[in-house]
This record gives sequence, structure tokens and C-alpha cells, in this order.
Amino acid sequence: MGRRRGRWILFGLAVLAVLSLLAGIVIGPVTIPVRDAFAGLLGDETVSTVHRVIVRQIRLPRVLLGLLVGSALAVSGVAMQGLFRNPLASPYVLGIASGASTGAALAILFATGSAFLLPLGAFVGAAAAVAIVYGLARGRDRRTSIFTLILAGVAVGALFSAVTSFLIFLSSGGEKLSDVLFWIMGGLGRAGWPSVAVLAPIVAVGIGGVIVLARDLNALSLGEEGAFHVGVNPDALYRWLLVLTTALTAAAVAMAGTIGFIGLVIPHVMRLLVGPDHRRLIPVSALAGGCFLVWSDVAARTVLAPAELPVGVITAFLGAPFFLYLLKTRGARL
Amino acid sequence: MRVEVRSVSFAYDGRTPALRGVRLDVRSGESVALIGPNGSGKSTLLKVVSGVLRPDSGTVRLDASPLVALSARQRARCLAMVEQERPMGFDFTVREVVAMGRIPHRGRFARESRDDRRAIERAMDLADIHGLADRSIRAVSGGERQRVFLGMALAQEPNVLLLDEPTTHLDLRHQVGFMSIVREQARAGMTVLIAIHDLTLAAQATDRIALMSDGRIVVSGTPNEVLTQANVRRVFGVDAVVGEHPELGTTYVLPSLVRRAD
Repeated sequence: MGRRRGRWILFGLAVLAVLSLLAGIVIGPVTIPVRDAFAGLLGDETVSTVHRVIVRQIRLPRVLLGLLVGSALAVSGVAMQGLFRNPLASPYVLGIASGASTGAALAILFATGSAFLLPLGAFVGAAAAVAIVYGLARGRDRRTSIFTLILAGVAVGALFSAVTSFLIFLSSGGEKLSDVLFWIMGGLGRAGWPSVAVLAPIVAVGIGGVIVLARDLNALSLGEEGAFHVGVNPDALYRWLLVLTTALTAAAVAMAGTIGFIGLVIPHVMRLLVGPDHRRLIPVSALAGGCFLVWSDVAARTVLAPAELPVGVITAFLGAPFFLYLLKTRGARL
Repeated sequence: MRVEVRSVSFAYDGRTPALRGVRLDVRSGESVALIGPNGSGKSTLLKVVSGVLRPDSGTVRLDASPLVALSARQRARCLAMVEQERPMGFDFTVREVVAMGRIPHRGRFARESRDDRRAIERAMDLADIHGLADRSIRAVSGGERQRVFLGMALAQEPNVLLLDEPTTHLDLRHQVGFMSIVREQARAGMTVLIAIHDLTLAAQATDRIALMSDGRIVVSGTPNEVLTQANVRRVFGVDAVVGEHPELGTTYVLPSLVRRAD
């Protein structure tokens, strides 16, 4: 797979990201003319106040949040698949989604007041789940066992899911219940400038960090010892990857709930397009993940307008059949 | 580069030793075969020499410097390893895999330099894998795959080449092909330490043989000194005819099947 082709795809995706940004602003229950969208973005005061508010306060932060969350999930997916050397890994294998759901459910059901408590609860829950998993997988010799990591991830995830179910049961229905469920299904409905401002630096540092480790991820595909023999310390690599992907995934999930399939499907599709070299795969996956989530969100807002679908439903509707198609046509070569 | 192993002991579980006070010298440019039964410590010794395992006691030195004092990158510039098998998670091309041998020589974000490209081309020539360059590593045969990993190790331009039973899963043609490349490298002055089960091929490819048993090196010397009927019987518990190859003059070992007592 040529470098040149990779560069064209990267360029194409960058253009697509800009187009997605515009589309995400223009399309919605209220259609905004492209001219008004530009004017609203550029601060032109001649546009109607309603349109200006919709563009600046509602749609722009929502689209930006979509780009950030989508790219964070896609890059986490690449990193997890590289770490486990398994194309079926997703950002949620270590129990992050379940941990975040428990934290979010606790915040929704028992805490009232600050709007920051929900994302904070989700972030803490996610980090706690990964910390437990990592603690379990680190042997007495201070080496990390990949095998234990994945099994502990499954078990800890199941435990947190049970806690969440219990919390939902306790809540005995009502508005809070639907809040929890909507959050678990994932959506960008809570978008606002504060969440964009919090997420942007985390995503920038997280993706930047994974790009720094791209070469080491390539070496890791030779196995732990193979990587060691070309001078890459697998234990240090695991530690950094876990820190970075946990920050990326937990922050994304805290803002938008547990949106599925982006972290699983986008890395696959991009690997088919640009090959497995992580130095190319990570940047294109970031852009593709962002675009995919923005368009999914456009669909979520418009399909049953004025009602809004959870965007996780759309990503699963698009992602799952596509993934099955890949499995069927490419099978073992995945 | 000289490899110096001094009184190295190691136990995987902290109790049953896999290596018991091993002493081994591999001189610069020398090629040494480690032979011995399964579980005698060959692979463990190679893992200690390559730095994958830290010995419980004893030292490994490369020239005069202790292995543990080297950074991961320095170590990877000195030592390259080919294992018996290597998992390959993703669909990298053969050339991309060989290029991974350059990792210890390249900056994290550096493009392929002229030196890198030259080393990669040369390694692919030596390992005879030029025709496979654009194939997926997962689509080539087992024998070709081992040559790809040998090519990757050579692209590393190491001072010492370590090989852990690299031909165990290969058919006769690929065994001979692989070991011929190893012998060429040894003759060209590469320091080689190889664990291998085929005694006859070991005798042809290396200068010296170290026979291991139960975590120790019990005999070490030229192939015809070490590969005797008595040694094969004592260490492997197998009766064998040992002779001199009529054309090459190297030692061969022909084992005989056992008839079990009724």
C-alpha cells in the first residue's frame, strides 16, 4: 500500500471533514441555508437571530463534539486492536463502557445540580474499570499479561453492567431512567461549548500520543518478543497505550455516552484502504471516525424529526451490517 | 562482537532451575550451535542472551559491556533474533516486515533513509525474498515466512545473530535453504548462536557445537569432537551412527529407531 495513496486518502478525508462540518450545521429539523451558515460562522450580524443562535450555540458545538468523539473512539479502536493484535478488539474491551455507564447512572440517579457531574461520574467510572483490569493483569513479575487483560476486561465489564442494571432497577422508572438509557445508547444531544472545550485538549493530546507510538504498534504486531528484539519495550508500550486510550475513550464516553461500532468498524475499513501501517492508519482513522459520527448524528436528528434517535442506534444500524459483510467477504483475512 | 556468558542461572518459577551456572563464550565471527534434548535449556539460554529473560544470577556481556547496561535501542542494534514461530497480527507486506528491522536505527518519525533502503534491499537479497516483497506476510508459506523474519533480522545489521530452532517447522528444502543462508552469514563473519535439533545441519553450518543437558553445557567443541556416538547416547538416549559426510567431510548423525521390548 503506497505512501502516496495514503496521503491522498488523508487529504480526501480532511476535505470530507470540512464538508461534514458544514452539512452538520445546515441539515436538521430547521434547515439553514448554506449562506446563513457561513454568515453565522463568520459572525456576520445580518443573519436572523434564530439562525445565528442555532448555528453558533447549537449546531456548531454539536458537530465539533461529533468530530472529537468520533475520532477519539476510532483512534482508541486502532490502539486497542494493535495492543491485542486482534481485529475484534474495540475501545470498550477493557470494561470502559460499563464502568462509564455505572458512573453516569450514579450521577443521574443520585446527584443533582451541576451539569458537570454526569461526565465526571462517567469518566471516573471508566477510569476505575480500567484501573481494576490493569491491576488484575499485572503479574507479580510486574509484566502485563495480554491474556489476563482481556479476560479481566470481560469480567469487570460484566460486573459494572450488573451494577448499572441494579441502579436502573432501583430508579423505578421515570424521567431519570430514560436519561440513563439515552446516555447508555449514546448521543450528542448534551453538546455545548463547555463539553467541546473540555474534550478538545484531551483528544488532541490522546491522538497525538498514539501517533507517537505508531511505530511501536507496528513492531508489536511481531508479538511481544518480536517487538522486544527491535528495541521496543512491550510493557512500557502497554502502559502508555492504556493511559492514552483510557483518557480518549473515557472522555468521549463521558460527553456522548457509549456510542458503539465506530471504534470497531472504522479501523477495519481504514486498514482495508491504507494497509496496517499505524503511521498512516491512525490519522486517517481519526478523520474517518469523526466524519462518520457527524453524519450518523445528522441521520439521528432527521430520520424521525422532530424526535431525535440515539446516535448509537444509527452507528450500530450502519456499522453492524457492514461489519458482517466484511466478515463474510474477507473472513479470516480480517 | 564477542558474547560472554558467565555462571548464568535461571528458574522460570523461582525453584526448578532451567539453567544451572552456564558458561559460554562465542568469539567475534564465530558460529556456535546449541544442541540438546527438549527442556535442556537451549531456548532459555537464548532468551537470556537476547535479554528477554534476566538471569537470576550470572552475567551476559557483549564485548566488554554488560547486556543489562545497554539501552533497548543499543541492544537491538547489536542483537537480532529469529524464533521458531512468530505471530503476525496484521496484513503487513513482506517488505514492510523486513523494514521493521530498521526500527532501532531510525528516528521515531524519520523517513526511510538511503542507508535504511540499502540495508533492506541487501537483507532481502541475502534472505532470497525479493520476489515476495509485495506479498502479505500472512499469505506466504511457513518456509518463506521464516526467511522473511531472517531478512528482517539481517536488515537490523546486528553484530550477533541469535536463532532459536528456526527450521523446526520447515520442510527439507526450506531447512536447507534457511541454513545455507545462515552458513553464508557465518562465513561472512557474523557472530551466530543457534539452537537447533538437526545435528547434521548444525555440523555443516557452524564452527562449534555446545551440547546442553539439564540446564548445563556438558560438552563443547568442534562438531566432530562433540557429535560422537557416546555423547548422543548419553544425552539423547538414542543410538546413532556417526560418520563423515563423503563429500563435505562434515560429521553426520544417523539415528536408529528403537525396538521396544515386549
